[in-house]
Amino acid sequence: MDDKLIIKGIEFKSRLWVGTGKYKDFEETRRAIEASGTDVVTVAVRRVNIFDRKSENLLDYIDPKKYKILPNTAGCYTVEDALRYARLAREAGISDLIKLEVIGDEKTLFPDVCGLLRATEILAKEGFIVLPYTNDDPVMAQRLVDAGASAVMPLAAPIGSGLGIRNPYNIKIILEQAKVPVIVDAGVGTASDVAVAMELGCDAVLLNTAIAGAEDPIAMATAMKHAVIAGRLAYLAGRIPKKLYATASSPIEGML
Amino acid sequence: MRLKLNGDISEFKEGLTVAELLKELSIEPRGVAVEVNMAIIKKHEYGRHVLKDGDSIEIVNFVGGG
Repeated sequence: MDDKLIIKGIEFKSRLWVGTGKYKDFEETRRAIEASGTDVVTVAVRRVNIFDRKSENLLDYIDPKKYKILPNTAGCYTVEDALRYARLAREAGISDLIKLEVIGDEKTLFPDVCGLLRATEILAKEGFIVLPYTNDDPVMAQRLVDAGASAVMPLAAPIGSGLGIRNPYNIKIILEQAKVPVIVDAGVGTASDVAVAMELGCDAVLLNTAIAGAEDPIAMATAMKHAVIAGRLAYLAGRIPKKLYATASSPIEGML
Repeated sequence: MRLKLNGDISEFKEGLTVAELLKELSIEPRGVAVEVNMAIIKKHEYGRHVLKDGDSIEIVNFVGGG
């Protein structure tokens, strides 16, 4: 079945996108990412360790030829910082892809959507492929698309919370309206959360903590891989409508 | 000359280029980005961008993140 995710001409093989934070070591990161079957990994931009040059580099474990590197602007609370990190990421990397975060609150890590909108507009004009991490707000999703976002990435729940999709109806509305791919980003906890997102019709799911924080990250990565495939197939297959009362599966005819 | 390098002040010899600085620090230019006084230096400019006393330099790379 030809069912590929394409954003701005870039073809993504996997509908599961995986973060590289919070793993025990680079080897565990590598194994989890391989088990997830993904071809997109997110990374953060941080200062090089000047004094310990023996410390290993993430890209020694995550081959950029095999995986699309999606840098984020995590930790940025202002438009200026987000722009700075995005531009540095483009210079350090090989593509125009940016997972844009402008955070508005330390405790919830909810986005500052006013800043996000401004940063999206500026970076899109500079030729970035902007994938903004946003609230599950259909109006804001629309505004971001109008500002030049190449996809929208509404949160399922707060980053790292594992609460799953808190507002599936909003996600459904975003999906109905969006003219760009919709990727649920952040807040999923386990495989069923991922399946729910995909069954709603989301184009992909981006997660990190749900795998990295699991007791067995490699097993959870495998579970997530199957959940995305199962959820997507169920969406494409078209589920039965929900009904309040029973409909017998066995015929009445021929009964004694 | 004194350079502020990733937030810390260090002494370096005069007339150092960005390329020479990276070499001295054993940093591969691939996979990093360099900013001098808040302006990004493109990789093809590393060899001819001469650093000055008091310059503030940031060298970043990719780390694990979500």
